[in-house]
Amino acid sequence: MNFADLRKKTIRSFLVAGLITVLGVGATVWVKGQPQDGGIPWVLRAAHDFNAGLWSRLFSTERSPPRVGAPAGTRPRVNGAVGLETPIDVKTWRLNVFVETKQVQALSLASLKLLPVINTATQFYCIEGWSTQFTYSGVRFSEFMKSFGLETRYRYVGLETPDHQYYVSVDMDSMLHPQTLLAFEMNERPLSGENGAPLRLVIPIKYGIKSLKRIGAIRFSNTRPPDYWAERGYDWYSGL
Amino acid sequence: MKETIQLKHRRAARWFHWTNFPLLALMLWSGILIYWANDIYRIDAGEYTIFRFFPRSWYPALGIDHRLAEGMAWHFFLQWFFVFNGMAFVAYTVVSGEWRELVPDIRSFRDAWHVVLHDLNARHPLPPQGKYNGAQRITYTLIILFGVLSTLTGYAIFKPVQLYWLRELMGGYEMARYIHFWLAIGYVLFFALHVQQVVRAGWNNFRAMVTGYELR
Repeated sequence: MNFADLRKKTIRSFLVAGLITVLGVGATVWVKGQPQDGGIPWVLRAAHDFNAGLWSRLFSTERSPPRVGAPAGTRPRVNGAVGLETPIDVKTWRLNVFVETKQVQALSLASLKLLPVINTATQFYCIEGWSTQFTYSGVRFSEFMKSFGLETRYRYVGLETPDHQYYVSVDMDSMLHPQTLLAFEMNERPLSGENGAPLRLVIPIKYGIKSLKRIGAIRFSNTRPPDYWAERGYDWYSGL
Repeated sequence: MKETIQLKHRRAARWFHWTNFPLLALMLWSGILIYWANDIYRIDAGEYTIFRFFPRSWYPALGIDHRLAEGMAWHFFLQWFFVFNGMAFVAYTVVSGEWRELVPDIRSFRDAWHVVLHDLNARHPLPPQGKYNGAQRITYTLIILFGVLSTLTGYAIFKPVQLYWLRELMGGYEMARYIHFWLAIGYVLFFALHVQQVVRAGWNNFRAMVTGYELR
């Protein structure tokens, strides 16, 4: 190679570099400009769903977050009050259960408390990047389903607050995880209002956004029920 | 002696390098969008905070607050490309034998010390350079190890239950996140040093990273 060649090569290489830069910036701008799917460009939603598909196949109910509780007397951390702003009467509260669009149950808290009560503890992860520990008591979701003749063949479980302001949906496998409870106690005390009285979901295999407080209705369905945070750009699966 | 034109960086190495640059930049950018939601790290001296990551005024100034969902979406999309490009580069250096020029040997550590002395005081003679001097060998190998550790701690945070063994290997969830954060700061410091050294080394060196050829 002589100096004239190097000169030519230099010009060509920098042109290629410039072109690649334009293409790269162009690709990024293109992704950002794509039609939105749940608050983010569909390309990024597809990436979330791809990761979710991969991890739901690798999912094992053998694996649980560390079962570590909080020191006695600690108050569980509160983060978010969406769906809790409308006052409710705990005495007349019922857990409404739907299969697809048909209502099959309207259960009182007393009838739920007849089921075997599990007392357990967990490390609990927030999507914001922190984690906390607490103990909690309630009924295993799998036990609840078995006792009320609810079939596990549905792909999704949807939950919502009585005022319909907060709602989540979760894959069936995760709902059947042994740490997934319909809980009425945290840290050895009845649930406080801001922690979701009278009944909340605790599903430590997912980020805290899925552990819906103050359950009004539960729905079993093969079409995915709406999910509050998945509509706002977050990963629907949110599994840990 | 007459100057000659010689191949310094092969095409594959240049492509891996320049592909990594925007990917790492975007990983850092999306990472900061995520970090905002729980920005707990700081440099403390006893009770006194010397610097908090990051000062509250930075977020609105840079427009990086309240963008957690967007940050996660980009981070978990781009990590595939970042990780695969990094693994392909390492595989390439192994197959091509180029790792021999990059991995430090016993002499590198002594040489690196002389490079530092030279950089601080121009009268101190430079040790023999070769393709990469001792300081470069150490830094470039370290930055690859950074990448490996970023990936491992990243996955430990991403799936702390399914990958519980990785989480524990990284010292637990909080420690994994802590390491992941400081590695990110490490890339920024590396970048500043790297650019400064490239500017100092001059045009011939920079051109070699783009065209592959240098005058020698």
